[in-house]
Amino acid sequence: MNTPAPASLERRLLDEFQRALPLTPTPFADMAATLGVEEQEVLARLASLQADGVVSRVGPVLAPNRIGASLLAAMSVPVAELESVAEMINSFPEVNHNYEREHRLNLWFVVTGRDSTQVEEVLARIEARTGYRILHLPMLESFHVDLGFALTWT
Amino acid sequence: MDLSAPDRRLLDAVQHGLPLEHRPFAAIGDGIGMEEAEVVARLRNLLNSGIIKRMGIVVRHHELGYRANAMTVWDIPDENVREVAARILRNPAVTLCYRRPRRLPDWPYNLFCMIHGRRREEVLGQIEALKESCDLQDCQHAVLFSKRRFKQCGAHYPLVPRTTAPHFASAHAAHG
Repeated sequence: MNTPAPASLERRLLDEFQRALPLTPTPFADMAATLGVEEQEVLARLASLQADGVVSRVGPVLAPNRIGASLLAAMSVPVAELESVAEMINSFPEVNHNYEREHRLNLWFVVTGRDSTQVEEVLARIEARTGYRILHLPMLESFHVDLGFALTWT
Repeated sequence: MDLSAPDRRLLDAVQHGLPLEHRPFAAIGDGIGMEEAEVVARLRNLLNSGIIKRMGIVVRHHELGYRANAMTVWDIPDENVREVAARILRNPAVTLCYRRPRRLPDWPYNLFCMIHGRRREEVLGQIEALKESCDLQDCQHAVLFSKRRFKQCGAHYPLVPRTTAPHFASAHAAHG
């Protein structure tokens, strides 16, 4: 294995460990050994990527709808009200994603809860507070095992 | 979902990420009164059973420079959805692919895929290539680029009763 130049350490970390965190007592030391660097360097790099927001966490990605319930919701909101409606929706801790998208249905968010009853309750409250109808778009089938994100380094 | 109480406690403790330290599983175990070896063994089982989809570094596309994020949706005859999804997923630009219900008349689309790219033109090119390689030229579809991101944080699953507000430090695409 080549000794990586500092610039490529980040790249190799993200390329090789999005899904293959060693499940050993010392995963970061084992990653460092694979990469041919010191554990401290891996920890420092991950901490800095996390501080920059590039890495959200090192840990598990839970399969959707295996524990608890979640639902993709879409709304059509007049542009002038979009920001305030989005803010109101964001005030629900059960909402973990909220994007404006280019469509007549221009606000898309995900509600996660203990079970579908809780999710439906939150959606009903949002609908009542905004006065806008929510389209419920539950996942019926997932066709992919999330393999992490293949990055291109150009 | 009938998770055991220890699995629940463990997932609750790790769902927002491992501490960046020499023995992170020992640290997680300390917080919930579980031996390091048990933490590792339980996580391995949860991974094998598919409750945990993957363990690793979770990236945020936007911060990596992947600013063009297109939710691309198609109206595929129900009987062909699986076959079309399999073809779509051969394209490496597609990161996720889901079937969802149509909601007529507002929403005629039943197959969703996410395409992330650095630039809009690049993503549009990938969608054209996708149409061609998957024979979807005549298929009704829409491309919903994201504009403003109002919120993105890790899904928080309420796994154990708590008295304090949950912590939303981390972020990752959730796809309910």
